[in-house]
Amino acid sequence: MSANIRKLVVQLDETRKEMGKTIEPPTRRAVAIAVIENPYAGRYSESLDELIAIGEELGALLGQKAVKALGIEPGHAQSYGKAAIVGEAGELEHAAAILHPKLGAPLRVAVEKGAALVPSAKKRGTLGTAIDVPLGHKDAAFVRSHFDAVEARVSDAPRANEIVVAVAVTDSGRPLPRIGGLQVSEIKGEDGLR
Amino acid sequence: MIDIRRVFTQVETIHHEFGPRAATPLVRGAIGAVLTNPFAGRYEPDILPMMSLLDPVGVDMAHRLHAAMDVPLEQIATYGKGAIVGAAGELEHGALWHVPGGYAMRELLGWKGDRAAYTAGTVDEKKTGQPGNALSIVPSTKKVGPPGATLDVPLTNINASYVRGQFDAIEVRVPGAPASDEIVFILAMSTGYRVHERVGGLRAENIAKWDGLR
Repeated sequence: MSANIRKLVVQLDETRKEMGKTIEPPTRRAVAIAVIENPYAGRYSESLDELIAIGEELGALLGQKAVKALGIEPGHAQSYGKAAIVGEAGELEHAAAILHPKLGAPLRVAVEKGAALVPSAKKRGTLGTAIDVPLGHKDAAFVRSHFDAVEARVSDAPRANEIVVAVAVTDSGRPLPRIGGLQVSEIKGEDGLR
Repeated sequence: MIDIRRVFTQVETIHHEFGPRAATPLVRGAIGAVLTNPFAGRYEPDILPMMSLLDPVGVDMAHRLHAAMDVPLEQIATYGKGAIVGAAGELEHGALWHVPGGYAMRELLGWKGDRAAYTAGTVDEKKTGQPGNALSIVPSTKKVGPPGATLDVPLTNINASYVRGQFDAIEVRVPGAPASDEIVFILAMSTGYRVHERVGGLRAENIAKWDGLR
């Protein structure tokens, strides 16, 4: 693992009741977060290859940890998303290098299939900055019941020379979806949209 | 009376803090159960009936947390507990967790004392003392707070509170909770020493009195 990982945080958020109604089975969202050293902190580098390679490692590591936290078969994952927070000595493009070129492929292996674009967010931040990781159905972005986001936050990260990388996976959509739109049962799952 | 709406579990694995990489990473975990507060919005003098109803909640949460941390039970070295009460409640509602939350973790970790004495607060730890018996007080914090409030939950050694290298705290926050009519009840555990601890003091290996302190 070329990434220098200071710490890993895995969170599981399980909702059993919403507005007095029992949710059976409960809806569950897992977020796996890595706090890593930013090898380009404090300097401009034209090449961001080190972070691109780190993105590939973390797509696998964090995708697997999120699926494991859900306690499900990988193929039962329903939504995914990714996000990164760059510390003050980095630039936004450092987050892009981790998230976009190579993180997706191993994440898709971890959840099986995954035709849809992995929705994402990035920002610059400091210790305790929270980021809302967007969520969408992994095979069809337009499934309306699965439009959601889940918060990721590490109280002591990122330091100025660190990057916080978060991958979120769910086994469900929102607890009480009832605003119509494309349904899970209607998914074709080939174009990643519908 | 017991209505669990949501359960939030968090496990951290800490490899280093800019010092040498730990051979075995520190694992810290926290679990927060978000419940309806049956006393929200009014003064209820007799809140004790809820306490015993929380016993199975504590046991369930302790087991879930241990499962999420995925370490052998013998490696759990510290624990702590806490509560965040929503705005329509009062601090004392959070105090209902002291017995069920504390007892649940101590039972999970091998405590062999008398539960009735525990509930009454009359246990003499020196009489139950043996290695690995979760003898120490479970440290705690509580507050009344808004949705997304953070709570720093203290962590100390399960058999001797004075193990200095294991004094710690974990920041716990359930996004969006508690709503004003909710309470978040929290348990926390860890595998022990701060990752670069080096300020001396009693070591876990030197616990000798088995009185919950030293």
